[in-house]
This record gives sequence, C-alpha cells and structure tokens, in this order.
Amino acid sequence: MTEDRAQGLLISPIRDGTVIDHISAGQALNVLRILGITGTTPESVSVATNVASGRVGRKDIVKIENRELRKEEVDRIALIAPNATINIIREYTVTSKKGVETPAEVIGVVRCPNPGCISNTSEPACSRFLVTPNGLRCHYCDWLVTKEIAEHIL
Amino acid sequence: MRHIISVRDMDRAAIDALLDAAYEIEARRYNPQRLAGKILALLFYEPSTRTRMSFESAMARLGGSSVTMGSVEASSVAKGETLADTIRVVSGYVDAIVLRHPKEGAARLASEFSSVPVINAGDGAGQHPSQTLLDLYTIRRAMPINGVRVGLLGDLRYGRTTHSLALALSLYGAEIAAVAPKGLELPSGILRELADRGTSVTEYSAIEDVIAGLDVLYVTRIQRERFPDTASYLDIASSYRITPELIGLARDHLIVLHPLPRVDEIDPRVDAMPNAKYFEQAHHGIPVRMAMLSEVLA
Repeated sequence: MTEDRAQGLLISPIRDGTVIDHISAGQALNVLRILGITGTTPESVSVATNVASGRVGRKDIVKIENRELRKEEVDRIALIAPNATINIIREYTVTSKKGVETPAEVIGVVRCPNPGCISNTSEPACSRFLVTPNGLRCHYCDWLVTKEIAEHIL
Repeated sequence: MRHIISVRDMDRAAIDALLDAAYEIEARRYNPQRLAGKILALLFYEPSTRTRMSFESAMARLGGSSVTMGSVEASSVAKGETLADTIRVVSGYVDAIVLRHPKEGAARLASEFSSVPVINAGDGAGQHPSQTLLDLYTIRRAMPINGVRVGLLGDLRYGRTTHSLALALSLYGAEIAAVAPKGLELPSGILRELADRGTSVTEYSAIEDVIAGLDVLYVTRIQRERFPDTASYLDIASSYRITPELIGLARDHLIVLHPLPRVDEIDPRVDAMPNAKYFEQAHHGIPVRMAMLSEVLA
C-alpha cells in the first residue's frame, strides 16, 4: 500500500454522520468505548490513530457514518479528549462544528475503582460521577478518580 | 423529604441548626411526644451496639417507636434480596429508616429507593454523619468551634470518623494537626479536598510535638489487623498512647475525644481528668440523634 493510498483512506470523507477530530493521540478506541460503539453495534466506523496534526502534533480521528451524535453524548469524551471537535456531516458538508465541554456529571461511563463501593455490587446502582476540578468523584462512595480515567471506563 | 447521608451534603447553617436543636433537647426544652405515632426502622447489616441503642433510645424519648430487621442471617437479606428491594419494602412500613451497611454509598443508594427519610448510621469505610455531629456538639459544649485547633491522632487512613470530622471542621475555619503512624496518614484525596475548602492540615509524626498548641485531641483506634505482626503493632500503639503525663504538656482547656470503643489508646488514668470528654461525647449521641430524628420526621 502506498503512502498516498493510506493517506487517502485516512482523510476520505463520509457522506452523512459524525467526525470526531483532534482526539488526544491514542485515545480513539477509548472514545468509542465511552460512546458505547463496539464491534456489535451497527454503525460503520473508521478510526485513524497517531495522525500528524499541525495543531496538536499527533491526533486520532473517529468517523461514524449515518449517525449524528448528540452533543451531550459526545461531551462525555471530554474526560479523556478535552480538545476534540465534533463535526456533523450532511451530504459531504460540515453543517456544524463544536468543541466538547466537560459535563457536570457522568452516568454509566466509569466504573468506581473502590471495591467497597455499593455501585460495584448486584444492587441496581448505575455508576455516577460528579466532575470536579480534581477529578471524578463517585456519587455513592465519594471516591476520587484523579488519573487514568480511561482504565476505569465501563 | 430530608435524608441525612453525608456531612458533605451539609453546609454550616444546617449543622448549626442541628447542634442548636440538640442543645435545646439536652436542656430538656422539647416536646417528649413530638414523634408520637411515628415508627423508625433500624436496618443494621453490620454489628453495632451504641449507634443502634442510641437511635432506639432517641426515638423512644421523642414518643416514637422502633422496629428492627434483626440479624442479617435471619432476614430476607440471607435469601439474596438486594438492599434496594429491602428499602422499597420497608419504607412502606415505617416513617424513617436508619441504615448501617458494610458497603460505601449504601445509604445514598437507599435514599434513592426510599419513600421515607433515610439516616446513614455508617456505610463501610464511608460516612457516619451522626458521629460527626456528636463530635462537633461535644466540642461546641466545651468551646466555640470557630478557629479551633484540633489534633487528629491514630489511624487516619481508614478511620472514617476523622475524615468526616475534618471535612465538617473545615466549615468552621479550624486548624488541623494530623498525627498518624507511617502508612496510616490521611488519604491524599481528603487532604486535597480540605485544601480546596481552605483548611490547612499539618502532619506530625509525634503527638508530643503538637499537643501544647491544641484545643481538642481526637483519638482513634489503631487497628491491630493493619500491622504485619503483633510486635510492630505494640511498638506503634505504645507510642500513640495518651497518658496523664502527655496531657500535662497540654493547655488546661484541652479536651480529649474518642469515638469509642477504645482499646489501649487512652490510659484509664486519663478518665478521671477534666480533659477526658469521651464518655460525655458518647452520651451526646442521644440529644444529637433526637435532633436528627426530629429534623427528618417532624
């Protein structure tokens, strides 16, 4: 495969859907996990990792065809990709372009690392974290997740 | 509907209101039939003597009655029922629930499934707000809480009472001195949270270095199971023992508190000293819990 063909694959446009650009390098697969997109979901997804970028050095890109992600869905990725931009594509044209905003609370995204937390039992407690300047605080046990948030993604 | 789950949920006005109410109750200025006809459920998934008895007593002194789940082994919990389901059912029987549970966050979860107020009576290594309130009440009975200098001594890593107390004290501009054996220091998350609240914590390795400047010494148990062997436990435990000689280094008005039960942390000779307030502190559990029950039920 020549470099030109590879480059062509990376930047090939989609007709309709969502392009998440400027994802922190290496975080694309975690972004998909946060969005709940797995191999068994129906979306057609392209992932490019460690792409050269004038703005951030290296970046990842995720393209999801035929699905327009709502802003609040995508804002959850701000936890691991705070510089990401969301482009909504219709008929090959970018119809909206926005940055991500860190949500006040994330529900069902991160597992509490505290083995003693009620959210890690068979109780009907959905993982719920308050987003604070110091990290994510568990709604149930007050445990503070300060680093390696991606490791705790459900 | 008002739940009492964590001191993190409470601002200074809410705490002061409860302490004021407790003071009125202790002065016998309250209606002993205030909660007549009300029923309190005591759901204790872990052993407890003083917390359970003092809530029962507090409810009785306000004219109300209590029902208990009994032991976990003899209840529907043994059949595998979730806490959420138990709470949904029991909240249909009673007017309020007091819950102690081994899992952190259990009371928060219970409050989400309960149709009546829930009071947290301890959730694992998490919160125990009634203990914190009676600690604060005991300090306030002895001196103004504002700007008080408090020494926290013992197992500050796992001791939940010290975390809750430190957070509550931060609302009063208190200065905190932390004295803990290596490995049992205050967790960094708590230290950061206290710093965010503008409370400085100074850490010391020996109580002798700080006792002369304290108003309150809050002693907690150092648990034997935290140490690899008995010898290292005894070595540490003896260096953290409060004796009359140590209190001799302190100012006259120093008060010594302990959430109890104590083991070897406080020499029994200290009990007779005017500084010793830990039994009085335990007795304050009644007016404080009466104030809490009145708050959520009346």
